[in-house]
Amino acid sequence: MAQTYRGAGVSPGAGYGPVKRLTREVPQPAPDARHAGDAEAEARRAVAAMEQTAQDLTARGERAGGEAAEVLSAQALMARDPALADDVRRRVGEGADAARAVSEAMAVYRDMLANAGEYLAARVADLDDVRDRIVARLMGAPIPGIPDSDSPFVLVAEDLAPADTAVLDPAQVVAFVTREGGPTSHTAILARSLGLPAVVACAGADAIAEGTMLLVDGATGEVVADPDPAAVEAATAAAAARARAAAQSTGPGRTADGHPVPLLANIGGPQDLPAALENGAEGVGLYRTEFLFLDRSDAPGHDEQVAAYRAVLEAFPGGKVVVRTLDAGADKPLAFLPAPAAEPNPALGERGLRMMRRFPETLDAQLAALAEAERGTDAELQVMAPMVTDAEDSEWFAAVAAKAGVQQAGVMIEVPAAALRARHIAASAAFFSIGTNDLTQYTCAADRETGGLGRFQDPWQPGVLDLVAVAASAAAEAGRPCGVCGEAAADPLLACVLTGLGVTSLSMGASALPLVRAALARVELAQCRAAADAALAARGPEEARAAAAAALPGLAELGL
Amino acid sequence: MAQRRVTVESKVGLHARPAAMFVEAASKAGGQVTVAKGEGTPVSAKSILAVMGLDVRNGDEIVIDVEGEGPDADALLDRLAEIANAD
Repeated sequence: MAQTYRGAGVSPGAGYGPVKRLTREVPQPAPDARHAGDAEAEARRAVAAMEQTAQDLTARGERAGGEAAEVLSAQALMARDPALADDVRRRVGEGADAARAVSEAMAVYRDMLANAGEYLAARVADLDDVRDRIVARLMGAPIPGIPDSDSPFVLVAEDLAPADTAVLDPAQVVAFVTREGGPTSHTAILARSLGLPAVVACAGADAIAEGTMLLVDGATGEVVADPDPAAVEAATAAAAARARAAAQSTGPGRTADGHPVPLLANIGGPQDLPAALENGAEGVGLYRTEFLFLDRSDAPGHDEQVAAYRAVLEAFPGGKVVVRTLDAGADKPLAFLPAPAAEPNPALGERGLRMMRRFPETLDAQLAALAEAERGTDAELQVMAPMVTDAEDSEWFAAVAAKAGVQQAGVMIEVPAAALRARHIAASAAFFSIGTNDLTQYTCAADRETGGLGRFQDPWQPGVLDLVAVAASAAAEAGRPCGVCGEAAADPLLACVLTGLGVTSLSMGASALPLVRAALARVELAQCRAAADAALAARGPEEARAAAAAALPGLAELGL
Repeated sequence: MAQRRVTVESKVGLHARPAAMFVEAASKAGGQVTVAKGEGTPVSAKSILAVMGLDVRNGDEIVIDVEGEGPDADALLDRLAEIANAD
């Protein structure tokens, strides 16, 4: 009997095969485990296991190469850490057995790293992996990791660590499914680089038994256990058709009847430019400038900012580059822009433009750097503010931007109040860009980070579509462009609906561009409008999706 | 004892790759090598866990101490300072 699970598709394609689970379960040493009496021999055993683990990690790194090798060699250094070894010897000297001494000594460092802030939190997973490998070795248990297999399989795991993924044989693995993880997790990045279908954040994945036949759709995020053969054939054919269509899609974004929809890339800095250009981005629809500011004690200087902005503007001569001013606060706290007081609900607190109004000199400096970066380039610079709430916010930002020499100042539409009163905001905003991730979070009052609220984190929620429609028509009446720069734009079916709602450009992660371009090229503007009307009339997100798909028959050949 | 004060210019601070390079370089020295953040307690520069635990970020000042004097100690201090400032 087929059973369907749903997660986030992070690497497109279809994979089908029996499940093999990655075991990370390592027996935990008993809290009072003591050694037999020879402390010296026990300490030698502990240190030998640490050294063997270090050698194993180094060997894996050498096989893997690239970025994985760096992570693995850092892990080898952890296993070989002399301060850790001293602590282990001391604990063994006090009577603890080797496994317990390692586990307890590492817990001290784990707490230290976990408390040191967001940047080091990722290293905690690396450290846990090192601990599990050493403890398993000491307890004679299998070393956790990728299972061996003679035939292809679907790998199912809680999440994948770099040490697991580095030694993975892509010829053996046909798809990944993980219960945890997001679009930027190791799993997602590795899957995309290997071209393997992957679904992450898949609720229920931990309950799928070893050996179950699994069909994984890395585009839609659908995972089907024991599917019937027709479904396997259909999914495989659809994935192949999608891949062909995406590979063949060229030129600027437009519908089959020639209505232009510029397709732009979301980037975090100059390092994302090659992927954007490779996938045919016509410009940048969202340049997140936070990366310049995060993890430092002071704001970056003028010249550093100018260089980072100019590198992006120069990559798109004649194209459009939309830069978002610093979006600090909430999940992106900055040391030099402290929240004025403890915020019980940071997502509803002083973030984005609200923070900039409190620290206007930081915004002035950024706008001045942007104005200077544009000088002498052929790109069209547009600058927008995050978390604009009302017309007063928009007017304030437009005035500040004009004073700094920025010609086009627009706003992001993320707050429902801003969408509802878009007609008033349009008077002072040169353009709108709808950030569907936050707009969805605030419309449905569902925290983006809370796993249990997945149903409300869906931009197909008709309440969200209503707000997009209001904002887009207010922009049209005022003769202003209205783009979308959230995850919604990367969904090919929703991209057509957004076009039908009056959205004038779509910006997304670069890898999503070819398939969205292919989808738009298969539908006419009138069909997009009919699909938008059908979606707005639906009572829930599933119905909206189905109604839109029915109104866009041209997408069927893409399996959408 | 040779000492050097360095303002860390590495964009990611003394985390991840720079931390690993720093520890690898320090581990090659025979004697004791310590590093402290500002006026904080020095930790062994040969321990990646202790070095990462300092949570040294871009712009922080660190104090590196190397056992011994002379050209070898200076060369090691040069190398460690270079890593803390590289990207």
